[in-house]
Amino acid sequence: MDFFTYLVSGLSLGSIYAIIALGYTMVYGIAKMLNFAHGDVLMIGAYISFVFMNQLGVDPALSVLLACISCTVIGITIERIAYKPLRGANSLAVLITAIGVSYFLQNIALLVYGANPKSYKSVVSIPPLHLFNGALSISGESIVTILLCILIMIALTTFINKTKMGQAMLAVSEDRGASTLMGINVNGTIALTFAIGSFLAAIAGALLCSAYPTLTPTTGAMPGIKAFVAAVIGGIGSIPGAFIGGLILGVLENLSKAYISAQLSDAIVFSLLIIMLLIKPSGILGKTNIEKV
Amino acid sequence: MKENIMLSVKNLSITFGGLHAVENFNLDIKENELYGLIGPNGAGKTTIFNLLTGVYKPTTGSITLNGVNKIDGKNTIEINKMGIARTFQNIRLFDKLTVHDNVKIALQNKYRYSTVSGIFRLGRYHRYEALMDEEALALLKVFNLENEATMKSSNLPYGKQRKLEIARAIATNPKVLLLDEPAAGMNENETKELMNTIKLVRDKFNMTILLIEHDMKLVKGICEELTVLNFGKILAQGETSEVLKNKEVIKAYLGE
Amino acid sequence: MDLLQQRKKKKLSYNISIYLMIVIAYAVVMLLSSQGKISSLFQGLLVPFCTYSILAVSLNLVVGISGELSLGHAGFMCVGAFTSAIFTRYMKFLGVEGLYLFVIAIIIGAFSAGVFGLLIGIPVLRLKGDYLAIVTLAFGEIIKNIANAIYLGFDENGVHLSLKNTMDLGLSDKGFIVVKGAQGITGTPHYSSFTAGVILLLITITIILNLIESRTGRNIKALRDNRIAAESVGISAMKYKLIAFSIASAMAGVAGVLYAHNLTTLTALPKNFGYNMSITILVFVVLGGMGKIRGSIIAAVVLTLLPEMLRGLQDYRMLIYSIVLIVVMIFTSAPSIKQYVEVFKNKFPKLTRNPVLMKKTKKEGK
Repeated sequence: MDFFTYLVSGLSLGSIYAIIALGYTMVYGIAKMLNFAHGDVLMIGAYISFVFMNQLGVDPALSVLLACISCTVIGITIERIAYKPLRGANSLAVLITAIGVSYFLQNIALLVYGANPKSYKSVVSIPPLHLFNGALSISGESIVTILLCILIMIALTTFINKTKMGQAMLAVSEDRGASTLMGINVNGTIALTFAIGSFLAAIAGALLCSAYPTLTPTTGAMPGIKAFVAAVIGGIGSIPGAFIGGLILGVLENLSKAYISAQLSDAIVFSLLIIMLLIKPSGILGKTNIEKV
Repeated sequence: MKENIMLSVKNLSITFGGLHAVENFNLDIKENELYGLIGPNGAGKTTIFNLLTGVYKPTTGSITLNGVNKIDGKNTIEINKMGIARTFQNIRLFDKLTVHDNVKIALQNKYRYSTVSGIFRLGRYHRYEALMDEEALALLKVFNLENEATMKSSNLPYGKQRKLEIARAIATNPKVLLLDEPAAGMNENETKELMNTIKLVRDKFNMTILLIEHDMKLVKGICEELTVLNFGKILAQGETSEVLKNKEVIKAYLGE
Repeated sequence: MDLLQQRKKKKLSYNISIYLMIVIAYAVVMLLSSQGKISSLFQGLLVPFCTYSILAVSLNLVVGISGELSLGHAGFMCVGAFTSAIFTRYMKFLGVEGLYLFVIAIIIGAFSAGVFGLLIGIPVLRLKGDYLAIVTLAFGEIIKNIANAIYLGFDENGVHLSLKNTMDLGLSDKGFIVVKGAQGITGTPHYSSFTAGVILLLITITIILNLIESRTGRNIKALRDNRIAAESVGISAMKYKLIAFSIASAMAGVAGVLYAHNLTTLTALPKNFGYNMSITILVFVVLGGMGKIRGSIIAAVVLTLLPEMLRGLQDYRMLIYSIVLIVVMIFTSAPSIKQYVEVFKNKFPKLTRNPVLMKKTKKEGK
């Protein structure tokens, strides 16, 4: 039964990775940039919900919602100030700028909240579920995280396939130049992508800190990178790919922590990425591009 | 005098996911000949170049160079060493490097020395570098590019970029030279000059040349033989003047 | 031939300017240091200056010259640091010490990091752009992770290796544990010095400058500019990318040796061998100028010094650093700002024209 406990908490961790990975994969697909600061938006979101909930005593759900709104604003602002001027610049310059934004957010958090870890009170108040006469218990956080992740996936897929704005996103990711000619507001679409990604990052931040309650300015860095790894494994640009990649990564990480070595779990997770890229560089659900001569 | 077949293509086909991009393509080019390959856009001309240079592997068929060397199945690098060089439809220079370096790089297989002797400037380094400098400059002179030798290649005017690409291809010392739309984007004067250059290259370097071109003046002016391609298939083949009289060709290609 | 000679002269004077810059900086520091005019803070930064410069210059070979984005450079530094420190630490245990061991350590560090570069390069260099970046980042993290989990000891039966704990090593009484997992290596002999660092930096630069003006270097640059064209003139993409990657890795290994022997305790932390370090080095390269060796060194020194000089601002220093980074990137790379710069150049050609070019036009005018 231990195995199933690890599996479920792995799925829960994986769901968090999946939600973060969505932000990465959408931004990468549409703006063609590796937004290194995405994990740090998550961290800022966690601090905001922490302040509302733990310090101001606001209702947890409302706190998370407020954090989501704040992060949306922050995400759009970052895009507007730091990334938009660099549209059309070489990708390395954009990457370095994103790294700059990442440092900036971390240091803002450091200044405001200090380096000491904050202990995050869980946003979930559902009692754990005991199955098989208590042999398998699933925490309330896990249940909420997994369900929420599935809900987000369905909502986002519907949004992209059924709405005009969603179709615009697909068009921009396919061909930015042609989209402009077709009258699609490319800048608006990219801003919307950042808004959605940052909104989801705040949710992921709250869920991550509910399950692992230490909050520091670097909380978002590693999960951010792992979520990007998940997005690449699933096939960058693909929403179901982010979901699958996130789950695989979370389960692998938890199982290797439990059965192989806690020290080496990150190494194992990253090895999966390398194996994946060597077998199918476009990821599980990614498209293969052929270079034209 | 028995004429030697330099490049021979038999039953060449390639399909991309069900689409027959090139079907049953046959071609024999004599040594030192100037041969033209024409056809409407999307007829598969560049695909044939890509097959001849190993960028794509043919689904069926064989390619033989100089009667003995089988080309099909080899990769681009091996094929270049065996003696086929090419230019590209959309110019592909080493943008950030000088005009001179562009040609010098193409001489790298002729003047080989190891990385270690390069780093420590030992062995053949000095002698070979001097030889490469000289030879590259001599080639640039043939194309009237010697005054731009130290210019960044991307700063060259368009016509000269095309010439540099040809110079670079020749530097690999090929037996067969493939030119992909060498006159594209050139004005009438530039095209005339280019025609002379191509003839000069053929005579001076004793080269067999296959070229893709849309400019009919150039094709009429310099190509001895011609193949017309349409939808991946051969429409007509033979001496230039004969082929251009062919009714099918006039209908399909010239649209008259 | 005249034009070529002129260009060669220009290149030579550029190269000489790099050497002069380093030698003069070295002489000034040594002079001030002998008069006791250098603060202990600055004194402590001298070896890091060299370490970071070597890292930046070598990463420039990968990113600037070869055109491949790597985010795992610190991993190779880690390999060099650990392999060399294992050697010198064990020698110290055996009672052997001396500067000649440092020379051997450098060779060990360079060789092992170079081999790692080769082994990692073979699978990953097929990937491009951001994919290569994320895979190299992953490899860097894997190396750091493993360095953190390794236990290594020696006894009369030979080498003992474990990924679990010290007991698992099964050493005899006479044995000696060199690497203790997350605690790393303690008591590494202090062989590094500013002089050694400067010598290593000069060697690194010489190798790179000579390499880029050789057949191999030109092939590497050709691949960067246009892979398909390079293959069409018979250049093997894999071979030359691998050469650049492994040489750069070996150099990062040397930087690791210098780093390890400047400290008494060597541990693999996120801040010294993690992706953050790789990113820091990448920032040096990008701000110094892609493919520009002198720029890499200047950027490495200035950006190492900058946070230290901002120490008075305490918590704000890294914040300022990040803002500087963003602003510099926008001002140097944003397409709209580049246009303004072009307009400015056209309006005031005298102000912005390259002095070397100006001399030439004057001559021609006569």
